[in-house]
Amino acid sequence: MDQESPIGGHISRRFDSELEDIRNHVLAMGGLVETQVNSGIQALLESNSEVARQVAEGDHVVNSMEVKIDEMCVQILARRQPAATDLRLIIAIIKTITDLERIGDQAEKLGQFELELIDEGSTSTDYAKLEHLGNLVSKLLHNALDAFARVDDQAALKTIKKDTKIDNEYEALMRQLITVMMEDPRTIKNALRVAWCARALERIGDHATNICEYVLYLVHGKDVRHIDYKDMKNQIRGK
Amino acid sequence: MTTLHETAPVIDAHQDIQFDGTIGENLVENAKFSTRNVNVFYGEKQAIFDASLDIAENEVIALIGPSGCGKSTYLRSLNRMNDTIPICRVEGELKLDGENIYGKSMDPVLLRARVGMVFQKPNPFPKSIYDNVAYGPRIHGLARNSSELDEIVETSLQKAGLFKEVKDRLDAPGTGLSGGQQQRLCIARTIAVSPEVILMDEPASALDPIATATIEELIDELRENFTIAIVTHSMQQAARVSQRTAYFHLGRLIEVGQTNQIFTNPRHQLTENYITGKFG
Repeated sequence: MDQESPIGGHISRRFDSELEDIRNHVLAMGGLVETQVNSGIQALLESNSEVARQVAEGDHVVNSMEVKIDEMCVQILARRQPAATDLRLIIAIIKTITDLERIGDQAEKLGQFELELIDEGSTSTDYAKLEHLGNLVSKLLHNALDAFARVDDQAALKTIKKDTKIDNEYEALMRQLITVMMEDPRTIKNALRVAWCARALERIGDHATNICEYVLYLVHGKDVRHIDYKDMKNQIRGK
Repeated sequence: MTTLHETAPVIDAHQDIQFDGTIGENLVENAKFSTRNVNVFYGEKQAIFDASLDIAENEVIALIGPSGCGKSTYLRSLNRMNDTIPICRVEGELKLDGENIYGKSMDPVLLRARVGMVFQKPNPFPKSIYDNVAYGPRIHGLARNSSELDEIVETSLQKAGLFKEVKDRLDAPGTGLSGGQQQRLCIARTIAVSPEVILMDEPASALDPIATATIEELIDELRENFTIAIVTHSMQQAARVSQRTAYFHLGRLIEVGQTNQIFTNPRHQLTENYITGKFG
């Protein structure tokens, strides 16, 4: 269910356009981060050094976008003193871009570890299959950004629930990697790199979940961080 | 205590809104003021519709809303300032400490000593600073001798944060002070008769930001001893000084809540629209 846009309708049309401008920057940043993550996963699965390098070297653009949007939010806070939905929107954006930047960092790690694996003449598939985890994370991030773009609280709730699948898949992969390392200690160096990639993907899932929580905060004004899914649903329903 | 009575704006009763009763925390347990189903009319026109609101002891409650929403009218009904407007009629139950303030046994002059008022424009009497503050205690016979009166004047000026600035010129005319000082003088004059409640109608809207900050700081200090209801057009001021906020719209009390909640997560769409500047 799409919520009514929280941005338009101010008496000051300039305020509307300032908020719209910030929102567009966040969506652009989200799009870039999503591309970085998908490229990181692609590099990992295909052992593609060219794509891996692009991801590793592309993170600075994400960082500068974070700085730019932060500055825009500070301007709004100082000059408009937003309240209610406007205030929650700005707070949600400030928090969202922090998580987006961290997702960018994790994507950068995927690129770096893949380059190291290629240098060693190795590939992630030698140790574990990251494809399923990659798909889950890619989809979760996409859905989280979509929920943010459409300010869709129901989609945000659904997306948060999916993070459990990622956690389970990550646990399974870790058990698998530990077995590989125990069987042949010579694999430890590269198996650890693969484990760190899995860890990076799992963290991306957590950050995407955080973004969904900010959507719920934006829509309902309730802080639903650090509580379990059931309590979260009850809070949203006002119980 | 003051003779100032501006004509309150009157709203058009035909311009109706969807209203299903006040939402939020309009009633409290330790009510100083308790008002139920208040209707106020100016002749044929109704300015307030069925407003029920409690004001708790030692709280600052902010009344906000667009012009003509009834917030000033409501405030004025709390110390019967509306009595001075012949066509004004107040209905409903308005109680101060459980006592009906529109009852036959209630003397409006004594009521206004218990419920003081500070207005938008500082309105000192054309008298000395000293006499401005001493006026109320004199007519109410609060001081037995001149030294007691001196003490009341000094304490009131101190509580209003003005004493240091005027202690060497208490004989100078009150009208010679700056706007912010005049407003604090009016607050000192209000405090001098030891009221229980202070009503403030846009007390800082004619002042610069520094004088405004001084008044707001003063409101915060006064809260320890007084109950304060403040009407303000400045949303930031309401957010800064009050513990609870009440939102009026076209004569209806739409929503009341903790100020923290009203400014971060109002429940009624009209409140949301007003505080985010979305009225077109």
